[in-house]
Order: sequence, then structure tokens, then C-alpha cells
Amino acid sequence: MSDVVVKVEDVEVAFSVGRIGRRSSILGVAGVSFEVRRGETFAIVGESGSGKTTLARAINRLRPVSRGAITFEGRRIESLDRQAMKPLRRRMSMMFQDPVGSLSPRMTVGDLVAEPYRIHGLERRNIQEETARLLSLVGLSQDFAHRYPHQLSGGQARRVGVARAIALDPVLVIADEPTAGLDVSVQGEVLNLLNDLRERLGLAMVIITHNLHVVRHVADRMAVMYLGRFVETGETEAIFDAPAHPYTAALLSANPEPDPDTARDRISLPAEVPSLLARPEGCEFHTRCPWVRDICKTTPPPCSSVEHRVLTCHFPLARGERPPERTG
Amino acid sequence: MPVLSVTGLNVRFSTEDGSVHALKDVSFDVPERRIVGVVGESGCGKSTLINAILGLLAKNGEVSKGSILFQGDRDLTKLGATEMRALRGEEIATVFQDPMGALNPVFTVGQQMVNVQYRSGLSKAEKRKRASEMLKQVRIPDAEAALSRYPYEFSGGMTQRIAIAMALMMEPALLIADEPTTALDATLEVATIELLQELQAKIGCSVLFISHHLGVVAELCEDVVVMYAGEVVERGTVRQVFNDPRHPYTVRLLECDPARQKKRMRHLPTIPGEIPDLRARPGGCIFAPRCHRRFGACANTPPDMETGTGHVARCFLADQPEPVGAQG
Repeated sequence: MSDVVVKVEDVEVAFSVGRIGRRSSILGVAGVSFEVRRGETFAIVGESGSGKTTLARAINRLRPVSRGAITFEGRRIESLDRQAMKPLRRRMSMMFQDPVGSLSPRMTVGDLVAEPYRIHGLERRNIQEETARLLSLVGLSQDFAHRYPHQLSGGQARRVGVARAIALDPVLVIADEPTAGLDVSVQGEVLNLLNDLRERLGLAMVIITHNLHVVRHVADRMAVMYLGRFVETGETEAIFDAPAHPYTAALLSANPEPDPDTARDRISLPAEVPSLLARPEGCEFHTRCPWVRDICKTTPPPCSSVEHRVLTCHFPLARGERPPERTG
Repeated sequence: MPVLSVTGLNVRFSTEDGSVHALKDVSFDVPERRIVGVVGESGCGKSTLINAILGLLAKNGEVSKGSILFQGDRDLTKLGATEMRALRGEEIATVFQDPMGALNPVFTVGQQMVNVQYRSGLSKAEKRKRASEMLKQVRIPDAEAALSRYPYEFSGGMTQRIAIAMALMMEPALLIADEPTTALDATLEVATIELLQELQAKIGCSVLFISHHLGVVAELCEDVVVMYAGEVVERGTVRQVFNDPRHPYTVRLLECDPARQKKRMRHLPTIPGEIPDLRARPGGCIFAPRCHRRFGACANTPPDMETGTGHVARCFLADQPEPVGAQG
């Protein structure tokens, strides 16, 4: 068997909306495919509402998948029930967005770190020893075991989240905005920690974030998500070097750099993100695309794949291509 | 004459565990028609500083020393509650981090925008007209119709623009923006700071821009104030501070930002150690315990050393910048 840990094929997640009698559904995730290998970090970037978190929750079945297939360690899991999923959850863990909010305020750090063992009926292991091992693995001193979440800083709470996520020796860790709300100096610590663990334990990691600078340093491959679809997927360095989808190019150029002398060659995106209730015809990005042409408004672009790069665009950009001057 | 001139400001909070010295000898100016950024990590006193300026310190907090001169003649630390109330909104306006929290959910945008003009003496129709003009200026499409909509009907980026429109409605002399783009996505963040820049030029007000995002500050601001543990460790123009940082904390902080690392690296730089406990503020230099250039003299309080016009760093070694690439 290859070292693919998780494989996602054409997954859709639907939400039902509207009042009774006028129910309809929208697609939060609208047909996404990717795979993550052992020891690899895969980043999913996109704006709020693009479906990043929904996708993450669908992968470990916290959200029902309405279509498509998810294969985890060679086994189809998209239609397993709760009972059947439970043992698998030992192998895939999740770090939720809010570092403090995802810890119960009534439990001590020691209890929180040991909770996964209790849930999975592994109390026979020496919990105290395990707690000590995990705390030192994430760089917290042993006195933290007696503290409560409100006594922790954001970075420390994040470390506890990491300890919980790796407690049961998973093969896959899904981290939803692991650095959101953290200061730059602490952000580095958390990312270094995740990276060390990935290397030491051979984890596959999915990192969801909207911080592109972070992606550049930690991810091997990345996907850019827009309205629930991947518009561009590929090797991180190649994408940063030459984004081929207009949306990727705009996102990368919108990244403010802490250097007052940088030339700001910015691709500005007009208009707001379209509503999922009324997805645009044709290419879904055409309402904001500076390069838009007639065909984009009517025909959805095909998915093309060139040299590890998967792309959904009629007119992929050349390296460093600038938007045409808009008329009117 | 600067619009705002903070000199030797000290703020203390009395708590059950004793007095917390939250701001220590903070001095800086906000010159007329300039955008001044305040950067620093969580807990460095950015919010305390704003609250002290606005006269909104919590009941247990007080300005123990120093002055905040507004337009050269009024010391905000000495004004009474009524005088401060007359100043806020009209001469000093504020935009807060959370745009949804800034607007009242049960009133339409129009009602709120008319209400904030209660001191203008205009007729109701005139106020409404002015409100719709302001909305047009912040590029809300179909401004007239937007007036009769409720805040929840707008996206996060739009509500923040509405909040900016409301803050600038009375054409204040000083706008205080407290992390106004933190809750927004990268593309919206850029659009919002470009808008702020444009409106600032049009109205001719000064802006005090609080952020922990170094990239945004580099792009938007002309001057920058770097805070650490309640002290201003360095200040100057954005070019001076970002290109030639003189305080070791500034040097480290800039290094930590993954955006400054041009080369992809798996291990990100961090600042070892933690912010000191302000209940027991250590003597001498506040950054010394974490500083890599610490030496004997650091046990004494360092002077505010001016190394260039308006470029001041609170460090004994400010006149001896470390050679580029000395560390890491």
C-alpha cells in the first residue's frame, strides 16, 4: 500500500436552508479532491466562508458528507456510523479553531490531556506517565497539569490542544487555524512544535489557515479554496513562485508585508464574495476576476492538471502576469 | 502642533493581588494629518493606552502620572466626565476590532447613522442625506437602500466600512482605530486600509492605528510606536523602525514575522521567554530577561535614546545597532 493517509474524492457537504415548505440546500463544500501522505503537510487556504472548516469537519466525519468518497488508511469511511468511526478517531485527530474555547473550563490541564485515553477506554495505560510524557513533548512543565484553562495564555492553551491531538498516536492531524489569535512570536513556537512532531512521529497534517505567510513556511502542498471548491492545488513553493489562478494571484498579492519599501503591485478584487445561495454562472470567480472574458461568464472552466498543479480556470496566468487595464 | 501628545504616561490598576503598573512612562506624539501605528503583542498595553486616551479606564485604573495633551491645550487626564463625553465621537472617534459588536443589531444602519449626528443641529432629512453620502464614500453599493437595512444583512467587511463611515461622520480631529482589520480576510483587509488611507487624506484627520499586524502597519502608517510590557521601547517613522530597528525587542519581533523571511524555512524564529508579570515589574530594562544583548547596565532603567530625528529607543545600546545577521 502506498503511504497515502487520507484520500478525498469529489466530496460535497450540503446544508439545508430556508423555511419548512421552502427548503433548499446549499453546498458548503462543492466537490473537492486531494490526498495527504505520511509526513506531509497539506494547507488549505481561503477567505472566511470559503468552506475550509466545513471540509475539515467532513474529513473526520464531524459533518455528514452528502456525496463523494473519503478513504482513510485504505478504508472507505464516508458512510460509517458513529460506532464504526470511534476506533478510527484514535488515528485521526483534530485541533479546533479557538485554543481556549476548545478546552473545558472545568477540567485541569492534566485531565484534559488524559481525556482521550478515558474516552477510548485506555485507562489501563499509566495515565499519569502518559500525561507527563505529553506535556513534556509539547514543551509545558509538569506544574501545568494542575492548572485550569483560564490560567493559560493563548500559546499555552494551544500547546494543550496539541497534546490532546497527539495523545493517541494518530497518523493524521487536522489543525483548524492553529495560529489564529496568537502573537507572531508565539505563532512561531506553535508551528515549530507541530513541525517537530510531524517529523518525529511521521504525521500527515492538514493545516487550515488564511495566513499565507505561515503556509509558505510550513506546507509542502497547498490548495486554494473559493466558494467551496479548490481553484488551485499544487506544491507550495511552485504556487508562491507563479500562481496560475487569478484568485490565488490576488490572494498572494493582498498579503501586506512588513517592509515599507516593498513595491506594492497589488491585484485588487472588486465586489464582495458571492452568496452560496446564488452561485454565479460559468466560472464562479468571474464576478471578481480582473481577467474575466465572455466565456468565463457562461461556461464553467474544466479542471486541468499540469505538473502536479490542478487548476480550474479557462485562462491560466503566465508567471507574474498583470491584470488587463479595465475599461469603464 | 501635534493633535495628540502623550508625555510620561503611567497607568496603574489596583487589583486584589496588588497594583499592576500597566503603562510605564509612555511618550509619543500623533502629529497633524499623520497615521501613527502602535504595534505590540497581546498584553503589551495597547488597549489600556486607548482607554486612557478616551477616558474609559476601568474603575480600578488610574493615570498615576503624565499627561495626554489633545490639540495642545486640553489635558485629557484632567478633563471631567462631561467634557470627555463632549469630545468623544465629535473630536476623537473610534473604530473597534469587532464590526458586528460596534453596531446595534436592532436598529437599521440609517437610524444609527442619523442618531450619531445628534449634536450636528441638522434636520432629519439632512442627517439622512449625510449618512448616505458617507456610505457612498466607503463604497457601500446602493447606499440609499443600505440605510434601511439591519447590520446582520451586511458582510463583515461591509459592517467594518459602515463603522468607519460612522466614526468619520463628524469629521473628528483624531481617529483611533483599534485593530480594525484583524477580523477581516486578507483581501478585505487590504481594501479596508486603502479606504482608511483615502478617507484620512480627504478629511485631514490624524489616525492612531493599533495593530499587531506588522505588514498592515508598514503599509498604512507613517510613524510607528513599538510597545512591550506597557512601555514604548521604540518609536520613529515606519522606515526608521522597520529598516533600522534599534531596540532588541523590535529586531526580534520583526524577525519572528514569517512574512519577513524571504527564504522558506521549516523552523521559524521565536522570542524565548515570556512577558514579565506586571504586578511585580522588574527593575531596570523590562526586556532584559529575554534579551540576547543583555549586559551589566541593563539592571538600571535605560534612557530614551534618540538615534535619528524622532527615532527613539529605550535601550543602552540604541546607538550601537547589531550587525545584520548577527543572530540566526
